[in-house]
Amino acid sequence: MPEGTFCNRTPVNTQEDLEALLADKGGKQYYAEMEELDVDVPKLAASLKNTCKSRTQTWLDMCAHCGLCADSCFLYLVNNRDPKQVPAFKIQSTLGEMVKKNGEVDNAFMRNAMEVAWSQCTCCNRCGQYCPYGIDMGVMFSYLRGILYSQGFVPWELKIGAGMHRVYKAQMNVTDEDWTETCDWMCEEAQDEWPGLEIPIDKENADIMYTVNAREPKHYPEDIAQAATLFHVAGENWTVPSSGWEQTSLAMFAGDWEACTAQVKHVYAAIERLNPKRVVGTECGHAHRATVIEGPYWAGRPDGLPPRPYLHYVEWLAEALRLGKLKIDPAKRIKQLVTLQDSCNYIRNYGLKNITREILSYIVEPGYFVDMSPNKEHNFCCGGGGGFNGIGRFRPQRNRALMMKRDQILATGAKLVIAPCHNCWDAIRDLEEEFKIGIKWSFLKPLVISMLEVPEHLKPKEEE
Amino acid sequence: MYQIITGPLLWLTFIVFVVGLAWRVYSYIKGLDWKLDRVAYGTQTSYGVRGAARSIAAWIVPFGSQGWKVKPIFTIMFFVFHLGIVVTPLFLLGHAVIFKMRFGLNWPTLPMYAADTLTVAMLCATVFIVIRRIALPEVRIITSLYDYALLLITAAPFVTGFMAVHQLGDHTFWLYAHILTGELMLLAVPFTKLFHVVGFFLSRGQLGMDYGIKRGGMKGTNMAW
Repeated sequence: MPEGTFCNRTPVNTQEDLEALLADKGGKQYYAEMEELDVDVPKLAASLKNTCKSRTQTWLDMCAHCGLCADSCFLYLVNNRDPKQVPAFKIQSTLGEMVKKNGEVDNAFMRNAMEVAWSQCTCCNRCGQYCPYGIDMGVMFSYLRGILYSQGFVPWELKIGAGMHRVYKAQMNVTDEDWTETCDWMCEEAQDEWPGLEIPIDKENADIMYTVNAREPKHYPEDIAQAATLFHVAGENWTVPSSGWEQTSLAMFAGDWEACTAQVKHVYAAIERLNPKRVVGTECGHAHRATVIEGPYWAGRPDGLPPRPYLHYVEWLAEALRLGKLKIDPAKRIKQLVTLQDSCNYIRNYGLKNITREILSYIVEPGYFVDMSPNKEHNFCCGGGGGFNGIGRFRPQRNRALMMKRDQILATGAKLVIAPCHNCWDAIRDLEEEFKIGIKWSFLKPLVISMLEVPEHLKPKEEE
Repeated sequence: MYQIITGPLLWLTFIVFVVGLAWRVYSYIKGLDWKLDRVAYGTQTSYGVRGAARSIAAWIVPFGSQGWKVKPIFTIMFFVFHLGIVVTPLFLLGHAVIFKMRFGLNWPTLPMYAADTLTVAMLCATVFIVIRRIALPEVRIITSLYDYALLLITAAPFVTGFMAVHQLGDHTFWLYAHILTGELMLLAVPFTKLFHVVGFFLSRGQLGMDYGIKRGGMKGTNMAW
């Protein structure tokens, strides 16, 4: 069979196709079709020729096979040091072979490559840090994912995820109407406690435009209310766009570069339309990666920067606390051992290591913050990054991957883990479910709200 | 025979070595693509250069990077190996004499005992690297015959050179073997992984640029390599 009904080389572009693919529960038919999916060798050879340039080629050719990358990879470490989990082996046996054979590979090769690319690498980029040559296998695996995606060899959930971006300009089926309705609804809810609170939609020339992760309107709308509360208390002149509000990109995890480009351009269009001074994104790692770090390049911006300064939530929060726009009641600071999850996407790959720690210096009683080991840019992936969390087929591998974070957390002795990243937050929730180590986990927003010193004029009026 | 291998063949070797490596550098830089690599090399160059310098410096200094610190024994072996390879041939008295004879150049030299120590240490490190390749499963799985062949090509001029300098065995044989294996090594550099003599700087520099520009450098954060 050259191509299947569901498993094929064509991305999902319509709502109808998306629903049909979703109806194939767990991707049963999808994966059955994948067993028969032909490799379009000329297309594969052509894309290697066009995109595998000197950087990647040199990484593949020059690897000295020294094995120093082995210990840098948490998946190698949690899988009993299985040599097949050595990053150099993983990339050489997949992308390396593919390039060597100039795309002359078969179905079995591609299915194996898919398994390696999505269940043996979370694109955390830690290996590049430990390679004497700076061979970043996370970058190469992301590149390999793109090639596999274009050939139809992609996990079912991520084909859907990329399709969601193509159809809804969001990682989930949340329409712009759903979004603005959720904002209105959350605004009303929050007003009970915070009279005068607003969620201004499409306000032009505001100081801040705020963007989110579609999971928030879909599953955690209180997160939007919390963001609004903090902007309200801080006295910010802010807005959300009615369209272009979704900052994440499952398309990035899928390797669907076309959808990544369309998604980020959609957000940038909202920025150009509303002309805010700055943009702030929610507590999400990959959303920041997709829209702020990689996004400018997908959008073809030669300076490598978004159209306006684009802050991760932790940057805004640290600034608000530093400038006294938000004040913490010292009596309400955290007085239990607490640790922090450094998200790969904005710590290792965006350098915000000191910003998150600055926030903790305001909200944690001195002496109660315990760093994980290793930490900052040397921290390990939560175990669920790069799309790993969402792929049912690789759930056993993902659960095993959580063991590294479990052990790091246990070693701190902390019972509270602050995880300002949706993916990390999920992974830590799942590891508690899986291993029951008795921890709690939280984003920053609810913690900060619980310890705010509220200015007199914002306090709710006593009911007569 | 001696005339040929120290005359035309030697010059050919030098030309291939230099031109080959120059071509490697040129084609690497030419192949960098800001959009595909997603690094604004051209517009954020000063951040990039700074990032590249930091990245290279961290790895060229023993124990300069976290990667070196967590593997102290390997790190020592690695630097002994590379120091021996680079320093010994460049500053060997025997080579300096030839320089003087042919070009009238006064070249600094190492005392003989230092050259001997470096050579023996480098060869010991080679043995260590071979044993490591066989003993550690995580290295064995990625090791191929090619890796051993490169080690052989690299070590051969040092073994033969040591024999020749110390007049052990048939001097003419070891001298010729030394010249030929030395030339073979230099010829191999541009065409094999040994091109890392320039490739290290390019590749480490590139990732340094990536971090210096996109991954935190422009936020004022220094990557803790």
